[in-house]
Amino acid sequence: MLKGRHLIDSQDFTVEELDQIFELAENIMEKPEDFIHLCDGKLLGTLFFEPSTRTRLSFESAMLRLGGKIVGFSEPSSSSVTKGENLADTIRTVAAYTDIITMRHPKEGAPKYSSLYCDVPLINAGDGGHQHPTQTLTDLLTIKVAKGEIANLTIGLCGDLKFGRTVHSLVKAMSRYANIKFILISPQELQIPEYIKSEILDKKSIEYVEVERLEEVMDQLDILYMTRVQKERFFNEADYIRLKDSYILNNDKLKSAKEELIILHPLPRVNEISMEVDNDPRAWYFKQAKYGMFVRMALICKLLGVK
Amino acid sequence: MLNINSITKGIVIDHIKPGYGIKIFEYLKLNKADFTVALIMNAVSEKLGRKDIIKIENEIDIDLTMLGFMDANITINVIENEVITEKINLSLPDRVEGIIECKNPRCVTSSERGIVHRFKLIDENKGRYKCEYCNQIYSWEG
Repeated sequence: MLKGRHLIDSQDFTVEELDQIFELAENIMEKPEDFIHLCDGKLLGTLFFEPSTRTRLSFESAMLRLGGKIVGFSEPSSSSVTKGENLADTIRTVAAYTDIITMRHPKEGAPKYSSLYCDVPLINAGDGGHQHPTQTLTDLLTIKVAKGEIANLTIGLCGDLKFGRTVHSLVKAMSRYANIKFILISPQELQIPEYIKSEILDKKSIEYVEVERLEEVMDQLDILYMTRVQKERFFNEADYIRLKDSYILNNDKLKSAKEELIILHPLPRVNEISMEVDNDPRAWYFKQAKYGMFVRMALICKLLGVK
Repeated sequence: MLNINSITKGIVIDHIKPGYGIKIFEYLKLNKADFTVALIMNAVSEKLGRKDIIKIENEIDIDLTMLGFMDANITINVIENEVITEKINLSLPDRVEGIIECKNPRCVTSSERGIVHRFKLIDENKGRYKCEYCNQIYSWEG
C-alpha cells in the first residue's frame, strides 16, 4: 500500500511496489484521457529550494495532466527561507495547505528531515548529490518499456561514475532484479565508489567489469547509460583532454552496437552524445524524459491513493 | 594492582581501551566533579594488556549508549558497600542521537537549527555508523 507514504530514497519501495507504479504509468501512457480527472481538487506543493526547471516542470505537468493544481516556489529567494524560517516550519505549513509535496533541496538529507514533520506524502525531487529517486523510477520505467522486463540485461554505465548520483541510484535499484550485469565505463579517476562495489555488487554477487574504453564493450550492451564527464573533476587537464572524446557517443562508435540497444541519459546533455545520434532509433533519452512525467503521474496517484 | 573495593558506593568503568579514559573522563565532565573520581591510565590488564580505568565514588547517571559507542568493550561495575553488585557489559548501540555531529558540509544537519544528529549502526565489526540524513559513514575515533 503506497497511499500516504513518502518517497525519499529509491530503495524505499519494494520491487513489487515499483511494479505497481510502472503498471499504472503504462496504463496512463496507453490511454491518458482516462486519467485527466483523477486528481481533481488535489493540490501539489512544489518546494524547489534550488532551481531545477526540468524536474519541476515534469512534476507540474504530471499533476496538471491528472486534473490537480500546483502551488510552490522555484527558488528559495521567493520563499520564507530568506526570513530565516527553518525547514521543519516550512514543511509543516505547506503540508497544511496541500495534499502532496515534492521537494528539491541543495542539502543532502533535507527531504528525509522534512518528512519527519510532514503529514502528507513527500517526494524527494533531488537532494544535493545524494538521492534523486524519481529519476531512478524514470530510468527503470524506460528500461521496462523498451525491454519488456527489468531483468537479464547487460547495462553499460559510461562517464562520471564517481559523482553521478543517478548512476549510484540506478545500480542500487537494478541490483534488485535478476541476472543483471554491469559494465562500468569510466576513466580511473571517475570510477564508481568502492562502497557501491563492496556493499551492493560484491555483496549480492552481481557480475560487473570496469573498463576505460567504450568501444571495446559496445557490442555487449543491451543498455548504454551515458553521463557527462566533467572537466572540473579532473586533477590535471591532460587527463581530461586524453579521455573526454572517448565518451562522446557518435554514429561511428555505435557501428558495433546491437540493433536492440537503447541509449539513455538523465539529461541535460552537454556534448557527451553527439546530436547525430538523436535520429538513431536506439536513442531513447528524450522518450525517457517523457516517461519521467508518466511515472511521476503514477507516483502521485499511488501516494494520494486515488488509483 | 588496583583494588576496586576502595570504592564504597559508586561505579568503576573498567576495560577502557588505553588512551580513551581521558576522552570518557572529559565526556562525563568528571573534571568538574565535587566527589571522588580517579582516572587510571595504562593499568596492567590480563585481557587487554593495558587498559584505562575510571573510578567514581558517587551515584551518577551514565549514558551507556554513548559509552558503548565510544568503546563497546567497556565493563561497568556497580559498587555497593565495597562489593560489585552488578556488572554491565556494553555493546555498540543500534542508534546514536545527539552525541556526535555529521561532518559532511552538504548534510542538512550543517544548516538547520535545532536538528538532532542521528546515526545508525551499519557494521558492528568495524563499528561503522551512517548519518541517517546524508548516509555519510562514521566510526568513533575519539
